[in-house]
Amino acid sequence: MIRILSTARTEFRIALRNRWVAIALALMAVFSLVLALAGSAPTGGLGVDRLSVTVASLTSLSVYLIPLLALLMSFDAIAGETERGTLPLLLAYPIARWEILLGKLLAHLAILTLAVLLGHGLAAAVTLWSDPTAVQGLPALWRLSWSSILLGATFLGVGYALSSLSRRPSGAAGLAVGLWLGLVVLYDLALLSAIVADNGGWFTTDAFPVALLANPADAFRLFNLTASGATAAAAGVGGAADAIPLWQSLASVLLWPLAALALAAAAFRKVTP
Amino acid sequence: MTSTLTISDLTKRFGEVAALTGVSLSVAPGERVALLGHNGAGKSTLMKIILGLIPATSGAVTICDATPGSAAARRAVAYLPENAAFHPALTGLEQTRHYLALRGEDQSQAMALLEKVGLAQAARRRIGTYSKGMRQRVGLAQALIGHPRLLVLDEPTSGLDPVSRREFYALLDDLAAKGASILLSSHALTEVEARTDRIVILSKGRMVAEGSLPDLRRRADLPVALHVTARNGYAPDIARALPGAILVDGALHLTCPQAEKLETLGRIAGLGDKVADLEVLPPSLEDLYAHFSQGGLQ
Repeated sequence: MIRILSTARTEFRIALRNRWVAIALALMAVFSLVLALAGSAPTGGLGVDRLSVTVASLTSLSVYLIPLLALLMSFDAIAGETERGTLPLLLAYPIARWEILLGKLLAHLAILTLAVLLGHGLAAAVTLWSDPTAVQGLPALWRLSWSSILLGATFLGVGYALSSLSRRPSGAAGLAVGLWLGLVVLYDLALLSAIVADNGGWFTTDAFPVALLANPADAFRLFNLTASGATAAAAGVGGAADAIPLWQSLASVLLWPLAALALAAAAFRKVTP
Repeated sequence: MTSTLTISDLTKRFGEVAALTGVSLSVAPGERVALLGHNGAGKSTLMKIILGLIPATSGAVTICDATPGSAAARRAVAYLPENAAFHPALTGLEQTRHYLALRGEDQSQAMALLEKVGLAQAARRRIGTYSKGMRQRVGLAQALIGHPRLLVLDEPTSGLDPVSRREFYALLDDLAAKGASILLSSHALTEVEARTDRIVILSKGRMVAEGSLPDLRRRADLPVALHVTARNGYAPDIARALPGAILVDGALHLTCPQAEKLETLGRIAGLGDKVADLEVLPPSLEDLYAHFSQGGLQ
């Protein structure tokens, strides 16, 4: 336990000095504030409080930003140690590989948590200040917060796996950016175009929901939109939220972090220093 | 006495390439063993197998009755990699504290450890600002953590100045006196000569020689060099008396086999007043090393 905590403390210190903490906090704070201020305008017609609308916007933001931050923090985790030449010594120490990963995860997850809580806290403060009825939206915001952290854990795990598989940090960075583009941007575009081409056939009814649940970013968005009933405020593939039961997207949100970390552990075990 | 490290018939192949072939070696508690060999002779590979970082193709290695890489073995072994590297954003003190925690030791020892390797002044500076020698000292400090039963040191004195090297070997002597076994590789043969109990020479992955320095000298049976300085004007006389001698800078250099050393010395002594000075140069470790690593025979 001491070994894991010491690894976490060391990694947190490194992230602090590399400005990752500042970057993550600033990004989340700025984007959340902008969305909270901009999202406060069009509420009346929808009949929901301002915070619920802001949560819908924050959900869309988090789908892009959280995986990006997580991958940026994790791509260097193993490949960086390999390139610096610090891995052989570390692995000669009496610390198990999973303990190393867990220590890094704790540190990176702590940074993401701070960023999420700061961003969401600011958004809540701004919205509540202008609209007291926005307290109704607090449960949705809370749900968004913890599911954002789980989404972060998923992409941290995937980032560690990529970092273990590639020999150099530059290679790992390329893979990470590619994965982000693929899962977060291109995946949805591909699904949308497939639906258009399919025109209401087998793909739309059977394959599409499974495809959404299989992608951690989409499952995260579905879960938050379904749970808050904010599908009216959502666009794109998020509009499918009504068609998929809540428990399914919840299961995907809960299981993906475990799967990603298992993947990371398996990939790291194969690394020979 | 049971040995700390036992290697028997160890073979490691990387695909078609044999990195190590049939290496057997044991290191007793308190023994200091030097591993010599060209680049690519298999020294680092052997060390990585001992540390459990890479698996052996065949053969057996045990460290204090544990298999390499097991938790027990890793607790017993300290390692100093060639060109020790650390995260540049951490200070020497933070890095040392972390390593202490990983070994389950009290983190407050960090400053004392850094003082021991002469790094107390720079302890609170980031490792990114350190010179190579200073990084090497951080590496030494972490290798001293706890009470390792076996220290595996890959080129430990590279980057250190002569005074620091002497201090470093003094630290090793202390550890060895307390029963730690030491396996180190080095290119600085003169240091190894004075500071180790036993020498192992690897060549192309095979162990070509093993033993104490006098032992290896006897086995190699290399010629002894004799430098005779003549009194003014007597050089030609001496050269006549000692066939095979050549004149270099006013001194006569000649070599003779070990077995004829005393006889040759007798002849020189017989020249009496004509000789101003005589130096006997036994084969150096460099010569032995060249002999064994080229000859490739036990």
